Amino acid sequence: MKLLIAIIKPSRLEEVRQALNSLDVHGMTVTEVKGYGRQKGHSEIYRGTEYAVHFLPKLKVEIAVDAAQIDAVASAIKDAAQTGRIGDGKIFVLDLEQAIRIRTGETGTEAL
Amino acid sequence: MNFKTSKLLGTAALASLLIALPALGQDAEVAEEVVESLSEGVSADVVFILNSFLMIFGGVLVMWMAAGFAMLEAGLVRTKNVSMQLLKNISLFSIAAIFYYLIGYNLMYPLGNWTIGSDDTGGYLGAFGIGILEAVGITADDADDFGYAATSSDFFFQVMFCATTASIVSGTLAERIKILPFLIFTVVLTALIYPIQASWKWGGGFLDAMGFLDFAGSTVVHSVGGWAALAGAILLGARVGKYNADGTVNAMPGSSMPLAALGTFILWMGWFGFNGASQLAMGSVGDVADVGRIMANTNAGAAGGAIAALALTAIIYKKVDLTFVLNGALAGLVSVTAEPLTPGLGTATLIGAVGGVIVVFAVPLLDRLKIDDVVGAIPVHLLAGIWGTIAVIFSNGDANLGVQLLSIVVVGIFTFVASFVVWLVLKVTMGLRPTEDDEALGLDKAEVGVEAYPEFR
Repeated sequence: MKLLIAIIKPSRLEEVRQALNSLDVHGMTVTEVKGYGRQKGHSEIYRGTEYAVHFLPKLKVEIAVDAAQIDAVASAIKDAAQTGRIGDGKIFVLDLEQAIRIRTGETGTEAL
Repeated sequence: MNFKTSKLLGTAALASLLIALPALGQDAEVAEEVVESLSEGVSADVVFILNSFLMIFGGVLVMWMAAGFAMLEAGLVRTKNVSMQLLKNISLFSIAAIFYYLIGYNLMYPLGNWTIGSDDTGGYLGAFGIGILEAVGITADDADDFGYAATSSDFFFQVMFCATTASIVSGTLAERIKILPFLIFTVVLTALIYPIQASWKWGGGFLDAMGFLDFAGSTVVHSVGGWAALAGAILLGARVGKYNADGTVNAMPGSSMPLAALGTFILWMGWFGFNGASQLAMGSVGDVADVGRIMANTNAGAAGGAIAALALTAIIYKKVDLTFVLNGALAGLVSVTAEPLTPGLGTATLIGAVGGVIVVFAVPLLDRLKIDDVVGAIPVHLLAGIWGTIAVIFSNGDANLGVQLLSIVVVGIFTFVASFVVWLVLKVTMGLRPTEDDEALGLDKAEVGVEAYPEFR
């Protein structure tokens, strides 16, 4: 199993959710985060004082998937989240050691 | 005022007389006469004072509605656009104050000096000139209109109505309009569009001559704001992502229900000045009783609208929608604004209730027409305003349905067309919308530079 972490632009969430739905991936966790990569922040002025805003709002989407599906899922997220402009985000894939469904106790890929 | 108060005044007058004329042996007789005359009604001076006071007090309450609009709109937009909404509200209010003084006041109240038309044949275009108040420390002889009230109180009260009209527009167009074209439109609205149509009724123009009745402005203020907002919404377009190609609608919930509710309550309170002080007189038994009656009816209208919306959303959606109840209360207020004096409390409640019903049905209807009205200002101010103007006939025998309808149409066409032209010119010259990226980023960051809800940076 793999855990896929995608940092995406907030405006792309609905597209990503629909793309994953069509791949039969039905669970995900979303967190509001701030971050930057190559997309620079900008500067603002508050009451005469200029200050730099480095971090931009993003969404972190975490999905646990079967290893066999990982390429299809990553590709679907990439296509759905892409705008072509700097700041589109990144996808990270980690090994997932175990998964357990709390309600039933199922483990492994049964729990996904 | 009642007998108790007049006795109190009489006693105060007596006391001051005794202090002022200690040497005269006729103190007691003079004092007695003063007390007697005071208990029969008030002198012309006091009438002037009370009338002026009503409008000073009312003007303060109507100004408070600006805070109401600001909070309501701030609560119903998303966090990334709150600063922009607040900026629009304080700016438009200030612009209204300036341009009403520079142009609007005399355009609206030419006092017979029409540029086009006359009091007899019908006034169409008022006078041009800046607003000028009476000099400092006038006496009764210096007053512009001693039988009415101080010009300062009249101007102060009326400028707030102009600002209220402008603030209706900012809610509808929220979250996807650039600040500069909005402010330029506000200049034209407050300097020309509002005062010209208002002169036709309140300035003694041709609509007034026909017998059009609009006590505090269901048409003159609220529908005008609504028409201007509608014209803008049509040309501006909806927020990105609001309407899908297949016709479904995406909800964009507001950022703060507490602020939205606070704003509604503030507007409710301010409306007591909006309607109550529109009596423009408080120097007689009848007048002050009327003011109280107006305020009670205003309250009843709001209550009717709120409960109607509450019940209707519970029935239709199985859950009560707070934002509809808030809108419903405001629609109720708008509905009674055309005639808050003559109905009884029950009728006022029912008239307000119809306003609440209108809102619950109109909001989804606008969405079906792909007109994105972020706060529901078009149903609340335009549609309920039209209803309120018609509803005058139910309680006021002097009202004529044909004249009311004609006036609605005349003001509607004028305001909509004039607003549409201005919005179109602005759209073609400077553009109305920010870029899609800026709209997604939020106008607080894109245009204002001060975030309403900044976090770590």
